[in-house]
Amino acid sequence: MEELGGPDGDRDPAVSELQRLVAAEQQRAQFTAQVHNFMEVCWDKCVDKPGSKLDSRTEGCLASCVDRFIDTTLSITNRFAQIVQKGGH
Amino acid sequence: MEGGFGSEFGAAGGKLDPGLIMEQVKVQIAVANAQELLQRMTDKCFRKCIGKPGSSLDNSEQKCIAMCMDRYMDAWNTVSRAYNSRLQRERANM
Repeated sequence: MEELGGPDGDRDPAVSELQRLVAAEQQRAQFTAQVHNFMEVCWDKCVDKPGSKLDSRTEGCLASCVDRFIDTTLSITNRFAQIVQKGGH
Repeated sequence: MEGGFGSEFGAAGGKLDPGLIMEQVKVQIAVANAQELLQRMTDKCFRKCIGKPGSSLDNSEQKCIAMCMDRYMDAWNTVSRAYNSRLQRERANM
């Protein structure tokens, strides 16, 4: 039996094809997992009482919530990296 | 015909079939996504709709749950679109 993804170059082309497909699927799964995470935060922030449809204000709030959450992630990551680089605590 | 385990995992006759394997992977991912959605939606809608748990789910609670489910899925799609367009904007800036 062949080893999946062995180190040498001359492996089964089906294996590299499979690796490519799995990587693409992994990326999709990561995207979906992230949407679930955003929902955890943004649902509570934006949806008050669920009505007969999502009003435009709620839709806007959800979209902004995603963008600001990402901004916050970037901001905190940058500042944290600075702190670590300075060797502070 | 071998059948059984080997062919079930897309490796019939010792030959890998990436298409067949991926079909099975996609089904498993879809099931996992549905479970995740169900669990989170139940959590959120219970919190929104059941104020004080009584002896049974009353009519207004049932209605609230149905409404909440529909809005949760709408919101999920809105969030997914917003995230996707942010990713596209970030990629364009790279």
